[in-house]
Amino acid sequence: MSLHVPTMAEMMAKGESPEILFWVGCSGSFDDRAKKITKALVKILNECKVNFAVLGAEENCSGDPAKRAGNEFTFQMQAMMNIQILEGYDVKKIVTACPHCFNTLKNEYPELGGNYEVIHHTQLIQELINQGQLALKGGGTYKGKKITFHDPCYLGRANDVYDAPRELIKKLDGELVEMKRCKTKGLCCGAGGAQMFKEAEKGDKEINVERTEEALETNADIIATGCPFCNTMMTDGLKSFNKENEVEVLDVAELIANAADL
Amino acid sequence: MVSIAVFAIISLAGFGFFAWNILKIRSNIRLGRDLDRSDRRSERWKTMALVALGQKKMFTRPIPALLHLAIYAAFVITQIELIEIVVDGLSGEHRTFREALGGFYTFMVSFIEILSFLALIATFIFLARRNLLKLPRFNMKEMKGWPKMDANLILFMEIILVSCIFTMNGADEVLYNRGLSHATDLGDGSLGLSVSSYLGPLLFDGMSDGTLHTLERIGWWGHIAMVFSFLNYLPYSKHLHILFAFPNTYYSNLEAKGRFTNMESVTTEVKLMMDPTADPYAAPAEGAAEPQRFGAKDANDLTWKNLMDSYSCTECGRCTSSCPANITGKLLSPRKIMMDTRDRIEEIGNNVRKHGKDYDDGKSLLGDFITEEEIWACTSCNACVQECPVNIDPLAIIVDLRRYLVMEESKMPTELAGMLTNIENNGAPWQFSPADRLNWKDEA
Ligand code: SF4
Ligand code: SF4
Repeated sequence: MSLHVPTMAEMMAKGESPEILFWVGCSGSFDDRAKKITKALVKILNECKVNFAVLGAEENCSGDPAKRAGNEFTFQMQAMMNIQILEGYDVKKIVTACPHCFNTLKNEYPELGGNYEVIHHTQLIQELINQGQLALKGGGTYKGKKITFHDPCYLGRANDVYDAPRELIKKLDGELVEMKRCKTKGLCCGAGGAQMFKEAEKGDKEINVERTEEALETNADIIATGCPFCNTMMTDGLKSFNKENEVEVLDVAELIANAADL
Repeated sequence: MVSIAVFAIISLAGFGFFAWNILKIRSNIRLGRDLDRSDRRSERWKTMALVALGQKKMFTRPIPALLHLAIYAAFVITQIELIEIVVDGLSGEHRTFREALGGFYTFMVSFIEILSFLALIATFIFLARRNLLKLPRFNMKEMKGWPKMDANLILFMEIILVSCIFTMNGADEVLYNRGLSHATDLGDGSLGLSVSSYLGPLLFDGMSDGTLHTLERIGWWGHIAMVFSFLNYLPYSKHLHILFAFPNTYYSNLEAKGRFTNMESVTTEVKLMMDPTADPYAAPAEGAAEPQRFGAKDANDLTWKNLMDSYSCTECGRCTSSCPANITGKLLSPRKIMMDTRDRIEEIGNNVRKHGKDYDDGKSLLGDFITEEEIWACTSCNACVQECPVNIDPLAIIVDLRRYLVMEESKMPTELAGMLTNIENNGAPWQFSPADRLNWKDEA
């Protein structure tokens, strides 16, 4: 099945405007693992006939890593450029599969003049399922599987979204198992605050190893998450335990797309 | 008469010195930068009621929360008894309110006694926990020396205080039984207090009338002496939190935790850069504030709320024990960030008072107290902010220190410099061309 991914520019040329903009983000656009998450979400959007569009080549880094690294100049340059583009297309509602883009667009753009309704993809998918637009085929995709959810810091503590991803996992035919540190007490994967782009400081353990260890203690078959960075960190963590063939790291969007047979 | 005078002098000195110290702290906090937290009043009161008064966040760890509650409740309720002590002290009366309040008086003092008794038990458990159990969060590097002593001292003070209360009430009970108490005899044969009516006779029954009178006075004076020592010890101690928890939670950040502050000085410049009609050589507007340094190098570059945070810190270490960087052995400890900030602003405040506003002692928060290695280890995960029982935000300080390093000194880990260049050049933190953004669409 080919994906239907209109860009804002194409839509505008046709005199149309989408209901919602899918902000793909840099990871979702360029990182091989994250691209799969992007596609899973698009499949869901296509299946539900959501009227959406992407910015494509006009999208720019949201500026999140620059802001966390302390470079407010670079951040604000990025933000203002993006706001100009979003304004040009009169964007009102945005969905993103990256909690970092989500947080920045939602909380940090308004002060610079960018006001949108911003939602995380797990919230949108939950909405679609609740409205009956997406049906999960109880084909036993996850039957008997244990799934644990790793809270992305920028979704959980930063924005108090704990339920949407869990509600989705509960709709699968697997079992949701929680780690000892979860929800408000969830331990970071180690990537936030621009750490993704640098080596960690000297210590006696990598943060992602500590977190993966905890996930493995639940005996989960799948580590679910809702952030491309967490995904990378947990995947690397599994490798350090040589468990990459036994345990899978999947985004909630991928879990749902699989369960809906998309 | 002499005792009234002594009491009056002690009280005046006690309250006076305390007020002087608090004003000093207030002026230190005002060395910080402006920040507007005058909005959303009702939400602020609510936050204060829940977090400071209701200790909501303590209860994520229920056992210490209950023990702490016992000490806290005893502390708050005992202050009611203090009113009587002050009235008695200044009037030379004894148990002034007993006759007027009758049964309610007995109830109140009994209630205080029960709480004090619970507080005593809690204090012993806390002492054991700190000194015998070797809980990691109480034994980290930054807790060595004074901070550890501070924590123990206050627990000892608590024990002395409670012992004084029971000595005072217990001895008075025995005297009352003998019809010798200075409290008005209501013909009921006992003061009827919940703990000391039993404890008193048990401990003091065989003693002479004179000894009992002395003991009662030792208890009374000891009690008031402890109260004033405690009050004046507060400004030097982590125990300042019992007062500062209230304003500090009132002025909490009410925005989403993920939202970092917007730097308006930068906004102005970026707007100028993006506006083709702007005159880059235009003189700054009349009355425009002097440009501030970007971010924070020293404690007085932080906001007053960051500084108030530092004075409110209880050094409990909940932040540090939930910090992913600290858990995995990195140097960063959010508690240490708060302790350093307080130490440094104290130092700056003292310098300002001694040598005037522009004195430079050649030291700064970043460098002499907090190292670059510490601040770069932070993942901005907000665990410390979430855990803090008095709504302190160590992350805000870390971010401001980073801002200074990056924007004023261009100092950062090389990989981050590369990441930033990528964002500036090709709109992504990696070296990919913007034209390739949609390639995923057609990849199998
Ligand atoms: S925000 Fe930074 S300092 Fe606070 S817990 Fe997370 S890593 Fe530690
Ligand atoms: S910042 Fe808060 S959590 Fe951390 S030590 Fe201080 S009071 Fe405790």
